[in-house]
Amino acid sequence: MQSKIMNNPKVVDLEKVVIKFAGDSGDGMQLTGTQFTDTSALLGNDLATFPDYPAEIRAPQGTVAGVSGFQIHIGSIDINTPGDIADVLVAMNPAALKANKNFIKKGGSIIINIDSFNQRDFEKAGYKQSPLEDNSFEGYNLIEAPITKLTRETLKDSKLDGKSIGRAKNMFALGIVYWMFNRPMQQTESFLKTKFKKSPDLVEANIKVMHAGYNFADTIEALSSSYTVLSAKLPKGTYRNVMGNQAMSWGFLAAAENAKKELFLGSYPITPASDILHELAKHKNLGVKTFQAEDEIAGVCSAIGASFCGSLAITTTSGPGLALKGEGIGLAIMTELPLVVVDVQRGGPSTGLPTKTEQSDLMQALYGRNGESPAVVLASSTPANCFDWAYQASKITLEHNTPVILLSDGYLGNGAEPWKIKSTNDMPKINPNVAREGDDYLPYARDKKILSRKIAIPGTKGLEHRLGGLEKEDITGNVSYDPENHEKMCKIRSEKINRLSNIIPEQKIYGNESGNLLVIGWGGTFGSLYSAVDTLLKDENSVGLCHFNYINPLPRNTKEILSKFNRIVVCELNAGQFANYLRMNFQGFVFEQYNKLQGFPFTSIELESHFKLLLSK
Amino acid sequence: MEKLTNKDFSSDQEVRWCPGCGDYAILRAMQKSLPLLNRKKEDFIFISGIGCSSRFPYYMDTYGFHSIHGRAPAFATGMKLANPNLSIWQITGDGDALAIGGNHFIHALRRNIDINILLFNNEIYGLTKGQFSPTSKKGIKTKSNPHGTTDEPFSPSDLSLGAKSSFFARVVDTNPKLMQKIFVEAEAHKGTSLIEIMQNCVIFNDKTFSSITGKDVKKDAQLTLEHGKPILYGATMNKGIILNKFKLETVIIGENGITIDDILVHDAYEQDSTLHAMLARMRPPEFPAALGVIRSVKRSTFDNDMNSQIDHEKKNAKFNNVNELLFSGDTWNV
Ligand SMILES: Cc1ncc(C[n+]2csc(CCOP(=O)(O)OP(=O)(O)O)c2C)c(N)n1
Ligand code: SF4
Ligand SMILES: [Mg+2]
Repeated sequence: MQSKIMNNPKVVDLEKVVIKFAGDSGDGMQLTGTQFTDTSALLGNDLATFPDYPAEIRAPQGTVAGVSGFQIHIGSIDINTPGDIADVLVAMNPAALKANKNFIKKGGSIIINIDSFNQRDFEKAGYKQSPLEDNSFEGYNLIEAPITKLTRETLKDSKLDGKSIGRAKNMFALGIVYWMFNRPMQQTESFLKTKFKKSPDLVEANIKVMHAGYNFADTIEALSSSYTVLSAKLPKGTYRNVMGNQAMSWGFLAAAENAKKELFLGSYPITPASDILHELAKHKNLGVKTFQAEDEIAGVCSAIGASFCGSLAITTTSGPGLALKGEGIGLAIMTELPLVVVDVQRGGPSTGLPTKTEQSDLMQALYGRNGESPAVVLASSTPANCFDWAYQASKITLEHNTPVILLSDGYLGNGAEPWKIKSTNDMPKINPNVAREGDDYLPYARDKKILSRKIAIPGTKGLEHRLGGLEKEDITGNVSYDPENHEKMCKIRSEKINRLSNIIPEQKIYGNESGNLLVIGWGGTFGSLYSAVDTLLKDENSVGLCHFNYINPLPRNTKEILSKFNRIVVCELNAGQFANYLRMNFQGFVFEQYNKLQGFPFTSIELESHFKLLLSK
Repeated sequence: MEKLTNKDFSSDQEVRWCPGCGDYAILRAMQKSLPLLNRKKEDFIFISGIGCSSRFPYYMDTYGFHSIHGRAPAFATGMKLANPNLSIWQITGDGDALAIGGNHFIHALRRNIDINILLFNNEIYGLTKGQFSPTSKKGIKTKSNPHGTTDEPFSPSDLSLGAKSSFFARVVDTNPKLMQKIFVEAEAHKGTSLIEIMQNCVIFNDKTFSSITGKDVKKDAQLTLEHGKPILYGATMNKGIILNKFKLETVIIGENGITIDDILVHDAYEQDSTLHAMLARMRPPEFPAALGVIRSVKRSTFDNDMNSQIDHEKKNAKFNNVNELLFSGDTWNV
């Protein structure tokens, strides 16, 4: 893709930059951010995004609670987090400025919609007077753009109604930022043409306003220069931009195709997991069956029913839904059927923080069921690798006939990054463990090595059998209340999962293989931990990062890794669940903790300074 | 296709219901009905929830699944969606279907997924030893309400017709012939076929249906509906039901100038469920209880609708395989 030739002489190269779009929930900031993301991705930047929006669809207008934000970090270097603080903030109203004032780099640029900086909006945002008048933004490059007025002016001859004209102002802001970072506008133009296919007036108006914003930035003197961020040096391949929930959905599609299975999703809408249901529902043409059930219980139970009948069956939810699915997952454990349960975690307990991220369902995933009911637990750790973990979860569940719980979180699910597209031909084979017609079938006879039983699919002649939640007799699968048999079966179910550790790869360490400080994380915190450790490594600190994706079972070399460091710190967005899990599994080690429960990811800066402190003591 | 008999459908598991339990008769009737359906043995699934009745699948030599309490409709839905070719029979109790599973029950009926539901209504929780259920008669004394229940029961027919049930039939566990006939009709019906079976629990709620099933009263206390036939009952079939203004009434042919032509003719195919609901509500002593197929109407099924959508999408497919999707849209090369 070609960059538009600029007439601005002062173009400065940047290695990386963090931009935040913030406005009212109705201001279209998510769309604006996504557009900037897609354009930057096409230019070859590495990037990471962080959408952050209120739980209410239209929270009280103009208030801090109603601010919707979209942060994006782009770079010509390796980018692993959406960035701690913004170099550029677009604030569409005073509330957006107030909500973000502590997250702008000193000396950074703030583009404000000056038309919204009036007494009424100050009051709604909880300012007594204009925040622009009390020196608090001294030292920043404050760009006061009359965005509302110029949008109206641009569209004064348009046939659109006043409301639609008002809505186009996000495109003005986008135009300004496109100019600032030397980005072409074609991608967004073609996006608008598709999005508003049915309304050419809207297409024209939005494009016009975006150009007006672009030209405004080009003209005014407030901007002393524009910047470029060159394309990143990524490994060779074909790339696209993906969001975590989308990548997850596609991983399941790929797994179903490679396993020659139909994909079945039973689900009930819940933030931040619903986008997986939305994404898969689009792809009926690939044979996917999505069932929006009456509740989460029906979601998991329908999936188990479909699994019994031969589908690759999954159910997707967030914490409160996982609580409801517990009994169903127990049944899948007892009947030893394939099932993938995805939990895109959010802040809890109860309804908690629906749109914010957290890692506090770990214990629920591991132990949130009655009886001895071990499940395989996996965690994805970047938006793009949600694809791989969905694939891996499917492979394990189909080959071992045991349920897998896959943990993601709101940050991963909604975050985006470039993904080097994998072809389904290059992925590991999936060989479902299924009995065939003519087999001498005993439902609970099992493979000696991996301890998995074979499943027999209804419709297969001669393999009629009964499954259920009552304890099963070893080998025959008949109902059994025999005390010794029950103990044996409990051990088998648990050993089956332990034996997986012979098959899964060894845990890797990033940085030093031994030394002073071992940083441990799991799941969605990978980006920030990696960035922090990376910085420390550049200063030749003795530090290693051990980031887990396999939670149950843990990789077989975990203990060996722990024993090679003087000090261990477990970092997670909860009160210490993984740390406790490690304590339980590996006695004799001291696990220090670093935790955060604010609904936001770790910043690299806070991690870095904490690790420095640990290293200095 | 091999000719199957009832023996082909009996599993080797010992049946463990209490002696005299109504469930035995239902099991026998089912084992006799399946050979009449002309389907392969491997294409049947019996799926149940939890309760005495829900042990049923263990005794059938078919694919079977004894699931968890109340959720059988959800399992059945997943099964039918995964493989529309299967004949799926859900076994459930009044507690299983109407208390803990009430939500799934109404949604299955609303969607009209093509499965058959056998509701074993004994108006009690059998397996947990005799607590009252959502269909228990108000005031009965049970362990969980020794002073008599204060719960108003609901009727399975009103609930299911309210949920847009396309097929509703009722039978008593003492009438194996009628059970067989209804099972065959239920399988032929495309959509959710609900069969309420008035089932006697000899241990915890014995004779709760005796005013309907009692040998001495049953001729006047039961009537069997047949589509297109006048609604008659009694030992000599001289009694009938008429519609007077907006109410049903019992009449005797030959008395007060009533002739056979005055008697209501049963129309199970009528989309409007008003009359079906009124017939289903009839109870002794004022009325005989209605048995047989009360409602059987054509309505598109959930599984069929979903599959036609998929077929349509496949025909107009943007992507024929996953790779085409992965590499579609905005991509760039490095
Ligand atoms: C989640 C859950 N809650 C409670 C129970 C206990 N339980 C088992 S069966 C049952 C009631 C069964 O009554 P019904 O459905 O009428 O079946 P019946 O035994 O009368 O055939 C109850 C409460 C259970 N198994 N699971
Ligand atoms: S308790 Fe009642 S319903 Fe249960 S098996 Fe005994 S008689 Fe039948
Ligand atoms: Mg009952």
